[in-house]
Amino acid sequence: MNNYLDISGVGIEFNTESGPFRALQNINLKIDKGEFISLIGHSGCGKSTVLNIVAGLYHATEGGVILDGKEVDQPGPDRAVVFQNHALLPWLTVYENVGIGVKEVFRKSKTRAEMREWIEHNLELVHMDHALHKLPSEISGGMKQRVGIARALAMQPKVLLMDEPFGALDALTRAHLQDSLMEIQSDLNNTVIMITHDVDEAVLLSDRIVMMSNGPAATIGEILEVDLPRPRERLALAENAHYNHLRQQVLRFLYEKQKNPADRQKRGFSATSDKASEVSKLKRDEAA
Amino acid sequence: MSEVALSPRWAFWKGRASGVPAGARLMKQVKNIGLPFAGIIVFLIFWQGTANNINTSLGQFPGPVQVWEQSVNLYAEHKREREKEEAFYQRQEDRNAKKLEKNPDAKVKIRDYTGKATFFDQIVTSLYTVAFGFAIAAVIAVPLGIVCGLSDTLYRAINPVIQIFKPVSPLAWLPLVTMVVSALYVAENPMFEKSFLNSAFTVALCCLWPTVINTTVGVAGIDRDLVNVSRVIRLPAIKHVQKIVLPSAVPMIFTGLRLSLATGWMVLIAAEMLAQNPGLGKFIWDEFQNGSSDSLGRIMVAVVTIGLIGFILDKLMLMIQRKVSWDKSAVLR
Ligand SMILES: Nc1ncnc2c1ncn2[C@@H]1O[C@H](COP(=O)(O)OP(=O)(O)OP(=O)(O)O)[C@@H](O)[C@H]1O
Ligand SMILES: [Mg+2]
Repeated sequence: MNNYLDISGVGIEFNTESGPFRALQNINLKIDKGEFISLIGHSGCGKSTVLNIVAGLYHATEGGVILDGKEVDQPGPDRAVVFQNHALLPWLTVYENVGIGVKEVFRKSKTRAEMREWIEHNLELVHMDHALHKLPSEISGGMKQRVGIARALAMQPKVLLMDEPFGALDALTRAHLQDSLMEIQSDLNNTVIMITHDVDEAVLLSDRIVMMSNGPAATIGEILEVDLPRPRERLALAENAHYNHLRQQVLRFLYEKQKNPADRQKRGFSATSDKASEVSKLKRDEAA
Repeated sequence: MSEVALSPRWAFWKGRASGVPAGARLMKQVKNIGLPFAGIIVFLIFWQGTANNINTSLGQFPGPVQVWEQSVNLYAEHKREREKEEAFYQRQEDRNAKKLEKNPDAKVKIRDYTGKATFFDQIVTSLYTVAFGFAIAAVIAVPLGIVCGLSDTLYRAINPVIQIFKPVSPLAWLPLVTMVVSALYVAENPMFEKSFLNSAFTVALCCLWPTVINTTVGVAGIDRDLVNVSRVIRLPAIKHVQKIVLPSAVPMIFTGLRLSLATGWMVLIAAEMLAQNPGLGKFIWDEFQNGSSDSLGRIMVAVVTIGLIGFILDKLMLMIQRKVSWDKSAVLR
């Protein structure tokens, strides 16, 4: 049962100017139907690459992805992607941006009127039904991201792939969208893989958090089960001990086990910061 | 102290310009209309001054005043020629009518008027030719550019050819085009004059490259995310071009088309001069050969006209771009 989406032995090597570059190595992950997975890891470790392989936009050098019993070999609407910078077509209205996908996916199965209703329904889900005929340049960043999510949802994908969907938004807008996403998720029970840099977001939304080690040749470091009951309430969770424990675990992975490569470089060059980190380590040991 | 010392006139300007909306609007008008106008006036004065000091074997170099006089002359000649033409046909009709009166079975025919083409006839011919040549080029160049932009393989294959032919002067093409046209175009009742086709094809050959190159760059530079959106949706190729490629490449396509039209217009005049094909170029050449004291003035009228028409053609393309482009807020210049 636990293999609706099966990523097995995936690795990828890019051909770059300075020779081959191994970005990913031996990624194994089995995902249940209806599961919400977060991918977290330092910048440049290969999260987007994993997502693009599942989307079919990149071809894995070795290993492969099986979704619902079928091998992934090209992009398709059953693996809809929500892009970090919304990627709405600037010359189409909100309605048309969602419609362009719907018209392709349901070309044979829905009538014109049904499509229209479906497009409007999906825009209602993300609370964007008030701006159907506006152009992307006429709405805010948060609204654009909502439309991007509606476009993906409207394709009725088997897996929804989101690459830092809220990364470019301010904290308040982000919180609103996270709530919207949880609401939609509890209704539709989608299978979701979401990349994020935000630890709170990962714990709040996910069933499991997949933490990736640093590249090159990045792989899955640890997987954390988030067994908080749903529906989750962000304010209530702030005082929940288990929530904070989970949060701590992700932070520990990111900041202790997988030092940011940029930090490592800095330490190599500067003696003072080296000393400083030694001091802080001593303090930590004392505290323990 | 210094405020008091300001002259009343200066204080007036200062008051108008500082922050008051009406003053700001006035300043904007000065900037938009006043400055170009002042520029033209200064140029005309400078032109007249310089022209007065240049003496050629055909007399003094024409200044704005002479150009104005010759424009009036050319218009008068044009009207006279038209009247002659009308009179010519009228005479034929009268004669034929008389003939038919005497003998209803008489064969009558109307001969074409073969008077000299006036300046305005030449303008029309040139416009017509450049439009035809440019249209041929656009019809080939835009699709070719789109295909090159979409396929890196094809681009690599075609790029060397483009790079080699791009810098070729139109005048180098002209003899080849002339020979090919006269060899291949042997229709019974030719729809077009051969000289017309020669000019038009030469224009087309030179118009191709800017549009091909800019379209290619525009299409190849489409946002990767938008291409990925199309791949995820699995848009069919035609819809991909129509919904994603064309709208994003429109600005670059038009940049190319505008460059092409400007090139084509320049090329046409040169080709007409060299090949003695009817048009503004021939007008200039004929006047030069003519060598009367008015010739330089008349040539200068043609020069100014060529410039004005080039300018208007570019504005026309801009207008079309505004119509076609989705981004109405883009600043087009
Ligand atoms: N098309 C490509 N060609 C060559 N190298 C690539 C390509 N795509 C990604 N890489 C490299 O693979 C590594 C992983 O990139 P990726 O974009 O997946 O990182 P990421 O985890 O998504 O980072 P971020 O959090 O900053 O988005 C990087 O070192 C990147 O330079
Ligand atoms: Mg990324």
